[in-house]
Amino acid sequence: MSITLTVNGRKRTVAADADKPLLWVLREDLDMPGTKFGCGAGLCGACTVHLDGDAVRSCQTPIADAAGKSITTIEGVGLNELGKRVQDAWIALDVPQCGYCQAGQIMSATALLKQNPKPTPEDIDGWMSGNICRCATYMRIRAAIRTAAGLPAEETAA
Amino acid sequence: MSDQIALSRRSFIAASLAGGTVLTLDASVVLAATEITTASSPGQELNAFIRINADNTVTIGAKNPEIGQGVKVMLPMLIAEEMDLAWEQVRIEQTDADEKRYGPQVAGGSTATPRNWLPMRQVGGAARAMLVAAAAKKWGIDPATLATSKGAVVHPSSGKSLTYASLAKLAAVETPPDLAKVALKNEKTFTIIGKSKPGVDVPKIVKGVPLYGIDTRLPGMVHAAIVKCPAHGGTVASFDAAAVKAMPGVLGVVAVNSGFVPQGKSDTVVVIADSWWKASKAREKLAVKWDDAAVTGFSTAKYEADAAKIVANAPQASLFKAGDADATLAGAAKVVKADYDYPFLAHAPLEPQNCTALFKDGKLEIWAPSQAPAGGREETAKLCGLAPDDLTIHMTRIGGGFGRRLMNDYMVIAGQIAKAMPGKPVKVLYDRTDDFRHDFYRPAGWHRFTAGLDANGALIALKDHFVTFGVDGKPIRAAQMAPSEFPAPVVPNVDLGVSYMATNLATGWLRAPTSNAMSFVWQSFMDEVAEAAGLDLPEFMRRTLGAPREIPGERVKFHTGRARGVIDAVCKSAGWKGREKGRGFGFYFSHLGYFAEIVDLSMKDGMIRIDKVWVAGDIGAHVINPLNAMNQAQGCVIDGIGQALIGQKIVQENGAITAENFGDFALMRIDAAPRAIAVEFVKTDFPPTGLGEPALPPVIPALSNAIYSLTGKRHRRLPLEMV
Repeated sequence: MSITLTVNGRKRTVAADADKPLLWVLREDLDMPGTKFGCGAGLCGACTVHLDGDAVRSCQTPIADAAGKSITTIEGVGLNELGKRVQDAWIALDVPQCGYCQAGQIMSATALLKQNPKPTPEDIDGWMSGNICRCATYMRIRAAIRTAAGLPAEETAA
Repeated sequence: MSDQIALSRRSFIAASLAGGTVLTLDASVVLAATEITTASSPGQELNAFIRINADNTVTIGAKNPEIGQGVKVMLPMLIAEEMDLAWEQVRIEQTDADEKRYGPQVAGGSTATPRNWLPMRQVGGAARAMLVAAAAKKWGIDPATLATSKGAVVHPSSGKSLTYASLAKLAAVETPPDLAKVALKNEKTFTIIGKSKPGVDVPKIVKGVPLYGIDTRLPGMVHAAIVKCPAHGGTVASFDAAAVKAMPGVLGVVAVNSGFVPQGKSDTVVVIADSWWKASKAREKLAVKWDDAAVTGFSTAKYEADAAKIVANAPQASLFKAGDADATLAGAAKVVKADYDYPFLAHAPLEPQNCTALFKDGKLEIWAPSQAPAGGREETAKLCGLAPDDLTIHMTRIGGGFGRRLMNDYMVIAGQIAKAMPGKPVKVLYDRTDDFRHDFYRPAGWHRFTAGLDANGALIALKDHFVTFGVDGKPIRAAQMAPSEFPAPVVPNVDLGVSYMATNLATGWLRAPTSNAMSFVWQSFMDEVAEAAGLDLPEFMRRTLGAPREIPGERVKFHTGRARGVIDAVCKSAGWKGREKGRGFGFYFSHLGYFAEIVDLSMKDGMIRIDKVWVAGDIGAHVINPLNAMNQAQGCVIDGIGQALIGQKIVQENGAITAENFGDFALMRIDAAPRAIAVEFVKTDFPPTGLGEPALPPVIPALSNAIYSLTGKRHRRLPLEMV
């Protein structure tokens, strides 16, 4: 079927089966591989994108459910001020190790700060616990979210 | 199973994991100014690693696979330091896999630092010498009167200077110097080594720029999903692909050998389609008959029952003997006995296994996220009937390794599919369940310990019966224990024995291989023995280590003074005052690094909460990139906690692995991570060593010992059962 959606502000039309996940439409049909495949089951958060502003797991979102909706991906999140601030904090704190999960982490963190601009440490851990970082860069993810939120650093390291 | 062993990764990996080898580069190859094998702007090449660009930036080739350990920045730092560049001038490019040109290219065993510390600096120093020689000729003055600074040759007495870019063409025709005789900097004058440098790919990672193997995209590329025999070692008897071929987008179905069953057999059926999503859906229709009767009898339950019997018998073989352990134990003032064990573990890197390949004009081109591409070249060439030199291997950024990608099954599979469809690029991709069920697992193990103390509480005798997996009286991959396993070398009477059981599972190296398990069993048991001696573990370790001295080993030396140094440092930083509730200590020596760690924890709503972890490490005289070192050490600590605290265990039934996804094998999440991890480095006068692994092992016993101090319950198996 033919489906039209808006991706990073651009109208896109794709021909795909209705049950094809948004993740694979982005990666295969729209040539946007920034959104990552990790588990295919909504368990790791690597594929997180924004659908009409809310963080969703694109591996669990059939393309039919995205029809007519507005999608933001890691390739476009820096176009808004908050997303750019989060990306800049990730660079400033040198967060990634392998980096594979970080697109999903940044999409989740941006969604957190949008609805909770000054999160507590518990808010951050609670919200971000759906995103696995296998390299365990969690100390820096916490710190980068605080930096992006303009909060002072927690004690994390000597 | 002996076929599996015969086809296993060969000696170079074993050697690389042993560490400590200093590589000698062949100057005639390394310093020959030919094309650098990366796509980029033109410039003058000085040697295999260095190209000087017209704008006086310098492109440095990073030769090792980048799995998140930071080697893509670390190795160029060594070259840039001795070349005397300003870091702002440096541009970094990943090289292709070509060991003839670059020397060893392995991400394993924390070997990149000890192996390259000297050779990469020599490469940079050789380039600097050639630039100085070129300037001396141009000016007609003695090169000894010249100096270099920030990418320029200067003549201090006249104030004249020339940029490297303006000298590059002249320098390229200079005779390369003897690498072994290249003058290196006084280490006190380093301007790059020891200064924090951020990850070179980070600005791209945060924007989702394609970098990883899974992101490889070529014109006309097709996609492959796999179906592997669930029971490891089983092979394809027959398959019916009619229903699969009727599915939309499907282009073909072929059986291949993933490299771990005898040649001529297949253990993997591949569905090829015009999209991976379609290939993945279509494979559900595939009907395969497996020849697996010989391997379906293996299970976790069987191993546990067998190990319980075997551990009670005499060991099949001796690993190490010193003095007379039995006689000493008979006369000991106190004897402590305990049994410990740990399970199989998966690696679960977040980027699923994948590889892209194109066969054209008799040559195979590969894009692979491999930690050991040279091994993949050999195996893939063999199974494709090609010569190793017919393969070109591009190294992509890698979404996590942890040892999983020292194995090259995905490359072997992709190569065979590509060979079957010349001119057509193909990307093979495992899904998460494939990745869990067809990993190369950290082997389980069982230990029966006996320790003897004299009347003064000194450790005078030690026995272990280690039950592990092996074939023909030899351990299979990653299932061994070193004869010098700590603390055996510092105890006067030792008897380490081993017995082997069979398994059909493919096993492999998991981050800090062998040490990740040995640290838990040995340092937890030592905490018990220390308590029997009336001491806390750090003090008991100090007494057991004795005077500072170097103990020679077959491949690795162990320095008791360096061990003592990190034990003292971490105790001082954490304010250790002896046994206290909620505190635990662990020390381990692995991959040439000495690490002591203290875990502080508390109980909240019946759940363990880790408040702080203290880390002191000794990796020699220099921490090359402190910014990355902190990230590695903290990541190791959290990774180690995950192995102990959150139920990680690979379970086998009917020869096959039961785990399907992260719901069945938990990885650490942010809300379980410690609130704080303090890391310090003790600098000692030894050449620097690696940091991807050695900070991991001690945290596991430190955590277990802390739980004991809090709850009074001694945990003797992993994962810790917290109920």
